[in-house]
Amino acid sequence: MTPREQISPPDPLGAVLAIRELSIALPAGAERAEAVAKVSFTVGRGEIVCLVGESGSGKSVIAQSVMGLLPKTLHVAAGTISLLDENITRAKESRLRQLRATRMSMVFQEPMTALNPVIRCGDQIDEVLRFHTDLSPVQRKARILDIIREVALPDPERIIASYPHQLSGGQRQRIVIAMALVLEPALLIADEPTTALDVTTQAQILKLILDLQKRHGTGVLFITHDFGVVAEIAHRVAVLRLGELVELGARDEVLKRPRHDYTRMLIGAVPTLKPHGRAVAPEAPMVLETRGLAKTYSERGWFGPAREVRAAQDVNLQLRRGQTLGIVGESGSGKSTVARCIVRLIDPSAGEVRIAGADIATLDARALRPLRRKVQIVFQDPYRSLNPRRTVGEAIIEGPLNYGTPRAEALERARRLLDLVRMEGSALERYPHQFSGGQRQRICIARALAMEPELLIADEAVSALDVSVQAQVLQLLEEIRTRLDLAMLFITHDLRVAAQVCDQVAVMSKGRVVEYGPAEQIFLRPQHEYTQALFEAAPGRGFAFGSAPSTT
Amino acid sequence: MGAAVLALMVLIAIAAPWLGTVDPSLFDAGSRDLLPGKAGDITTLEGETLRHTFLMGSDSYGRDIYSRVIYGTRVSLVVGIATALLALAVGIACGLLSGYLRWLDGILMRFMDGIMAIPAILIAIALVALWRGSIVTVVVAIAIPEIPRVTRLVRSLVLTIREEPYVEAAVALGTPTRRILFGHILPNCMAPLLVQGTFTCAFAILVEAILSFLGVGLPPDVPTWGNIMAEGRAQFVSFPHNVFFPGIFLAVTVLAVNILGDGLRDTLDPKMAKRV
Repeated sequence: MTPREQISPPDPLGAVLAIRELSIALPAGAERAEAVAKVSFTVGRGEIVCLVGESGSGKSVIAQSVMGLLPKTLHVAAGTISLLDENITRAKESRLRQLRATRMSMVFQEPMTALNPVIRCGDQIDEVLRFHTDLSPVQRKARILDIIREVALPDPERIIASYPHQLSGGQRQRIVIAMALVLEPALLIADEPTTALDVTTQAQILKLILDLQKRHGTGVLFITHDFGVVAEIAHRVAVLRLGELVELGARDEVLKRPRHDYTRMLIGAVPTLKPHGRAVAPEAPMVLETRGLAKTYSERGWFGPAREVRAAQDVNLQLRRGQTLGIVGESGSGKSTVARCIVRLIDPSAGEVRIAGADIATLDARALRPLRRKVQIVFQDPYRSLNPRRTVGEAIIEGPLNYGTPRAEALERARRLLDLVRMEGSALERYPHQFSGGQRQRICIARALAMEPELLIADEAVSALDVSVQAQVLQLLEEIRTRLDLAMLFITHDLRVAAQVCDQVAVMSKGRVVEYGPAEQIFLRPQHEYTQALFEAAPGRGFAFGSAPSTT
Repeated sequence: MGAAVLALMVLIAIAAPWLGTVDPSLFDAGSRDLLPGKAGDITTLEGETLRHTFLMGSDSYGRDIYSRVIYGTRVSLVVGIATALLALAVGIACGLLSGYLRWLDGILMRFMDGIMAIPAILIAIALVALWRGSIVTVVVAIAIPEIPRVTRLVRSLVLTIREEPYVEAAVALGTPTRRILFGHILPNCMAPLLVQGTFTCAFAILVEAILSFLGVGLPPDVPTWGNIMAEGRAQFVSFPHNVFFPGIFLAVTVLAVNILGDGLRDTLDPKMAKRV
């Protein structure tokens, strides 16, 4: 039974949470007057409502207003929030404290920061029980063990005696969910609870939330930016755009027949899981070849033997001009390590890295210098990959200046590159903080292209972007690759993104390439069990995203 | 607020000769231990005797305390600012090297730890005693125990910033190490360093006064706040103004510099600014 078949229609009896005409004011001088404007929706008993929107849509603000956790700069300007028919819009802090955990509770995105690192997990759950119930220590212990078993954690006795750092990300999120549900609240608010997790873990957590809410009849307000997740668990969907509710309806209704243009655009921007199937020239010259590439980190302790971590082992990749090779894997699989070895940001421990035939794996700084410009990289975080104290122009011409290009000529080229990445030439004199994430990523691409590289590495380059922006940047990368006949190494954890851009795919797990071949083969006939598990876990497989849904 | 008071102090220091002062080293045996506001005679270097109002009284040699305090502002500010600049310059150099060059890190930082293990004032006293008191030796002596603090701060900043993607991108762009250090890393260290600099400056002003007060700083005839207080200490009970006025100036200046530092920290730190 797949999770989707378990979804039953919501119980019509009474709403757990009713939000009516809610408006939340932003401080004066913000880019808009209201973080949330006249939003109304309800969450019924046993119902999962997904609140979907891009960054800045106000979805988290709604969650915070319900929990009474709004930052001091924001306040509810109008409207009401009712929890089990009690108006809590302006409830006192003391009342809210009684309600939290007993009637409503929240699960956050990052389980590591939601848990106190210096208190054992069991004691953190115990704290909730101690505050809200009169149970004896023995009863509390029994209740804790029960809920740990319920969130399907192995060996409950060991888990409650562990500190958060001793558990994996998925286990930590289970602890947070256990803590949220231990008093059987009527409403669970989950704010991007699986965004920080790997795709296989995400699938397990989603299933857990579904199971638990079904068993306890909890109403769930699930906040996410990911339509795949929506397709997996939602009963109803509310789509937010810049603080306004643009569409509200049953899941299949919204996903298959979206009425609002914005929803249609968002769903259309989600890449499909089908490979693009573009023809590639097989005899193009080889740009990148790695042979037996390995990186081992050794930690030398004062006592005992050195501990070794094999971040990457025996990686053999080949990439020809005009092609895109994807490295797909979960966190810790070694995919970024491989990229950083190829750019020589770190030194490989063994093996060869051949750039256009020359092995650069062991070259010293001086010999490496002329080859550096052939390989350029675009990083994941657009907010940290530009020096905040340098203008965009300075950033783009830095590389060419290093290689002796006269300043005027470099600036002229920077202007043309900005045009290529669809940005105004006036951007040259401005500073990075004046641009959005997507624009910054374009600037980073322009900076990389200024070196006229033969190989462009995109290390999770679109992962931090909203889905609509992501689609634009992907399209831009594709266009540039064709126009400049570049080889592209595309590193991502997102199978949908990989399907859209890659000709070849290497799947990595625990430092090794477990499956490597043409994208068509990997996506349509995965051989290795790990690859198959990855596809199993990809949320929203059943829905055909990407192709813009028909307008009715 | 801190900046305004400090600006006033700088103005006083520059304009000292035009603020109704006389040469701070002049004395007159007839005008000893005058109370504030009393008028008395004072003999100039040429031997003339002038009638002068002692706004803050006079000391046991018959010197004008007002003039000495005003001229003392110069010494204090020069010592404070010069010390901060010297400590920052050396500290930044050591910190950058230590943070970026792995092999140097251990040696340099253990040496800095060694300096930090000795009380700052003790080092300063020892060094001034060794070199004889002058502005330069006092500045160097106060700066040396401050250098490890700056070094540690710079090193920790460098260790964080060198992991930033924009630094890695610069490496990939073939930027030489020297230019990465001074073009990318140092400019992004400046905000916390400025704040550290103001605190070093306040501390230096204070230590200079302490050294002079203890008689191990600048020679007693140089008008510094510490020297004035040291001279007045003996008869503090009968003539408190001798210690009181330079003390007030010292307290206000140090407070102003510290407030300026706090203000700088709040405006330069984006996280703090957002909380307003």
